[in-house]
Amino acid sequence: MASPITWRIATVGAIRDETATVRTYTLGVPDWPGHRPGQHVDLRLTAEDGYSVERSYSIASEPERAGEVDITVERIPDGEVSAFLHDVVVAGDQLEVRGPIGGYFVWDVPIGGPLLLVAGGSGVVPLMAMLRHRSRERSDVPTRLLFSSRNADDIIYRDELDRLAAAGDGFEVVHTLTRSRPTGWSGYDRRIDDRMLAEVLEPLGSGARCYICGPTALVEVAANALVRLGLPPDRVRTERFGPTGT
Amino acid sequence: MTERFVTRGFVGRRTPEGAGDAARRVPPGQYLTNDFPVLSAGPTPRTPLDRWSFTIRGLVREPVTWSWDELMALPNRDWTVDISCVTKWTHLDMHWRGVSVDTLLERVELEPSAAFVIAFCDGGYTTNLPLGDVLNGQAFVAWEYDGKPLAAEHGGPARLVVPGRYFWKSAKWVRGLSLVDRDQPGFWESLGYHNRGDQWLEERYSGD
Amino acid sequence: MIDQSGDPMIDRELDGNALAGMLEAMFGTDMTAIPGRCAHCGTINMVGAMRAYMGGPGAVLRCPACDGVVLRVVETAEATYVDARGAAYLRFERR
Repeated sequence: MASPITWRIATVGAIRDETATVRTYTLGVPDWPGHRPGQHVDLRLTAEDGYSVERSYSIASEPERAGEVDITVERIPDGEVSAFLHDVVVAGDQLEVRGPIGGYFVWDVPIGGPLLLVAGGSGVVPLMAMLRHRSRERSDVPTRLLFSSRNADDIIYRDELDRLAAAGDGFEVVHTLTRSRPTGWSGYDRRIDDRMLAEVLEPLGSGARCYICGPTALVEVAANALVRLGLPPDRVRTERFGPTGT
Repeated sequence: MTERFVTRGFVGRRTPEGAGDAARRVPPGQYLTNDFPVLSAGPTPRTPLDRWSFTIRGLVREPVTWSWDELMALPNRDWTVDISCVTKWTHLDMHWRGVSVDTLLERVELEPSAAFVIAFCDGGYTTNLPLGDVLNGQAFVAWEYDGKPLAAEHGGPARLVVPGRYFWKSAKWVRGLSLVDRDQPGFWESLGYHNRGDQWLEERYSGD
Repeated sequence: MIDQSGDPMIDRELDGNALAGMLEAMFGTDMTAIPGRCAHCGTINMVGAMRAYMGGPGAVLRCPACDGVVLRVVETAEATYVDARGAAYLRFERR
């Protein structure tokens, strides 16, 4: 079996729209060794004259779905790779990938909880792999996702998150919107801050394990706040994404 | 060398070279761009202008320091130059304003043994150049880009610009030049990059 | 903590996770969960939590506590160079 750092040729299967600017691509990867929730793949694009670029994308799907991986990609204005994926790639296309990669920003059921997940925009992707895995394993570890998006229409995986939260297995999702407040909105309506984190963390307690993913500014605010709230730094794991739409 | 897999339909964000003048001005192995990518080795320094200074020191009779206001008072001019980064992008006709390194060096007396220049910067970055590579209009200290004050993420308040060399030699957040008699490879020169970096000779890596 | 809100560069300040593939290709194992001790200030952090600056001539990993350079990596046409002088140590746990 090839090692995770060998480049392999994956075939694009289904493509599905999550929001107006976010799409999920299912990749069939030959000899895929399986992965842990939170890991990512590296994608490499090469033009005919040899010009090439690489990007990392978190795996959105749970390891229980064998043989294929989902990546969820936000189309960034002027984004060289995301624009190519959105505008050019169709089912049947082949892409070079390597992976799974990463061991720091990983959670699976044996690690235990309680679990606090904090996401900004497309930072929700690796956390979704964790939640899907948690559901497949029928875990009831107390879990909360604090999810920051611009507008209600921008909430990635909104319906699926509602379904997971309705399962009554100890998972709750708390939304915050940074650019609007729809009528009847019951979530927060501002950028993530200390007070919001304290309120969201409270039922989970200071023994919680935290995973924060999103734009750097959000990650810094959240990580600093959680440490100030008394969480040991080694229980607060972070992954910074590049520029996103939030 | 193994054949590389080519991705269907991928071209990248590159400006077509076209024929004629533009194509001739692109050094070997480079791609043309109209962007100004921000590439960095560390967090953006933010020295306030009232604490900023530029110093020439080392093998000089006496070191000389200019405050920001004093630098602004030096004879300066517009520069329109082509820039090439070792990461393969080339941007033609970039417009800067600044003072020639010749003008700065005229204000000091070099020791006869001064042979190399080490540019030193906020944040600790360094790069090295033979003295001959920064004379006769080949290098300047710039504080404006495209008619506006140089943004911090692009090296502001002031950076070195050496158009004849890969852009890693155009040190951002420059705070001075050290004159030395023995060459001292700088931040990237000490880790695999070419000591001189002439983009027309494609001097990217040590051993090129 | 320096207030970097409004800094257009901040979104480009990533972390060791962004270098994970390159580091694994060099060291033969995942490096993001490896703790490293900063040679400048002594703070210990996992590589995944260190600040990464990339896209220039090379990649630089910095200590989140003091901003000191912990690791520098350059990939040339023929070889990969690693300067690990900024790491007092890297700790690989044996299982």
